[in-house]
Amino acid sequence: MEVLLSLVVGALVAAAIYLMLSRDLLRFLFGLILISNAANLSIFVSGRLISGAPPLIEKGQDFPVGEVANALPQALVLTAIVIGFGLFAFALVLTLRAYRSLGTLDTDEMRVAEPKDPS
Amino acid sequence: MSWLLSLPLFIPFVAGVVSFLLKDGPGGRWASVLGSAAMLVASGALMTTVLREGVVAGQMGGWPAPFGISLVADYLSAVMVVITAITALAVSIYAMADVEARIARLGYHALFQILIAGVAGAFLTGDLFNLYVWFEVMLIASFGLLVMGGSKEQIDGGVKYVALNLVSTILFLTGIGLMYGMTGTLNMADLALIVPTLENQGLVTVVAMMFMVAFGVKAAVFPLFFWLPAAYHTPSFSTSAVFAGLLTKVGVYALIRMFTLVFVGDISFTHEVLLWVACFTMVTGVLGAAAQNDFRKILSFHIVSQIGYMILGLALMTPLAIVGAVFYLVHHIIVKANLFLVAGVASKIAGSTELKRIGGLYATAPLLAVLFLVPAFSLAGFPPLSGFWAKFILVKATLEDGRGFVAFIALAVGALTIFSMTKIWAEAFWSPHPDNQEPKLSTLSKGERRALLMPIAGLAVLTCIIGLFPEPFVQFAEGSAAQLLDSSAYIEAVLGVSE
Repeated sequence: MEVLLSLVVGALVAAAIYLMLSRDLLRFLFGLILISNAANLSIFVSGRLISGAPPLIEKGQDFPVGEVANALPQALVLTAIVIGFGLFAFALVLTLRAYRSLGTLDTDEMRVAEPKDPS
Repeated sequence: MSWLLSLPLFIPFVAGVVSFLLKDGPGGRWASVLGSAAMLVASGALMTTVLREGVVAGQMGGWPAPFGISLVADYLSAVMVVITAITALAVSIYAMADVEARIARLGYHALFQILIAGVAGAFLTGDLFNLYVWFEVMLIASFGLLVMGGSKEQIDGGVKYVALNLVSTILFLTGIGLMYGMTGTLNMADLALIVPTLENQGLVTVVAMMFMVAFGVKAAVFPLFFWLPAAYHTPSFSTSAVFAGLLTKVGVYALIRMFTLVFVGDISFTHEVLLWVACFTMVTGVLGAAAQNDFRKILSFHIVSQIGYMILGLALMTPLAIVGAVFYLVHHIIVKANLFLVAGVASKIAGSTELKRIGGLYATAPLLAVLFLVPAFSLAGFPPLSGFWAKFILVKATLEDGRGFVAFIALAVGALTIFSMTKIWAEAFWSPHPDNQEPKLSTLSKGERRALLMPIAGLAVLTCIIGLFPEPFVQFAEGSAAQLLDSSAYIEAVLGVSE
């Protein structure tokens, strides 16, 4: 299972980097969203995968009995997803705004803040 | 002790909320100023505790380390929080006159306080994932501040700033995941104990490089700095000043923390990379500045160049070099924020930040000229100002380490810094105004003058104090370097206590 997920992470990163190399801002952003999911998955795999054993503690005991799933990476991934959601929502709105006020999404054309010929 | 550690985080959050509720009136501005002042008091209290008792640690929510989130203040963290509060106070006073009512109504002052909370949190946390969370708090607030106003330049600069910082964030997150997979912990003190015992040290170096690139983007080192000069000259002057003072320094702080505490197993490789990064950062930054003709663009490139000096101190890893890095960090925040504040006043009375379109400030606004000269000379490293001691310590450390060539680069970059400062001086202050205007401070209202010039004067006085009486500051930096190079006190404070 770990191997399969690691391969998925690798494929996601490859696809993401292909998209991020594009000059088109929207494609770049899609790449960024893909690679952030790859990062989340890699955290999940780092915690080792154990299926079918929820980390529940029996009544009257202080710790779970036997091998159970690691709850910490799930908490980390959940936090990262929420934060990522906020950031990407902002980035998407910024992209829309950039298209409306600059008239292009080609990053090579975006030279307003750094004009080629500073005069 | 937890409450004292969480106070510098709690205060700006509360100030941010209050400021947001009062954003339509003058109350929003005042909430921001009062919040910054209260934070200064709290961080001062934290500083005295750290000076008295050494490293202070607290466990949030009562969970013992390494299971819960620890907040830790050693000398470096404490001084960074104090300097954050000083910068926040100066800039929030300045912002009262600088930020238009239209932008204040969008919640400018509230976002500003959230930014400060994020910065302070990054300095105080002792947990790697928590550091990521504080980075994000800081990042989302900075996105808002950067594009507030929505001019074409801001959107353009904002796109580049957002894109490159998000890449760095994801790299950081992946590094955290791999670190957790190797060690099973995210507490920095715990990591410092476990990492040297790992079998696969090669993998540790790989993860170390991921962190170096992630923090390197935040710190704007060569070749990862391109977002900085693309964005820093576009927002309001208060935003520029607080970004210039604090944001890149969080990246530098994170580098110093991780590469003195956790990643010290392969110094001959990692710190050698840092050394070359430092040299290239210094040189490219200062050359980039020499090619610019805009007040703020020149200053932006100088941030990059100055970051190189701090990384140089970290890369050498000798006690004296770390002293230099810590001293430089503190000196640089004050000076650089101040220069951006001066640029704001110059632009307000002369009409532009482009050097060709302004002039004559020395003749008509001599007070501003003096207030520019103090931080400018300090940045270039003239005695007896703070920058002289910072550069002196670093160059001495470089020579003691037997790296004459690197010392030569550091000195040459200092000389080129004087060139840029002279250019600003000659064009903005000395040469007559191209439209024969007479830019005067009296064109500003009395309230504006007070709000704009008081913080500049205050920071300039601070620069002079550090320059004229460097002894206690150097001693403090020495204490800080000792703590950084021998992490046993840090580890004991975090893992030894359970509240």
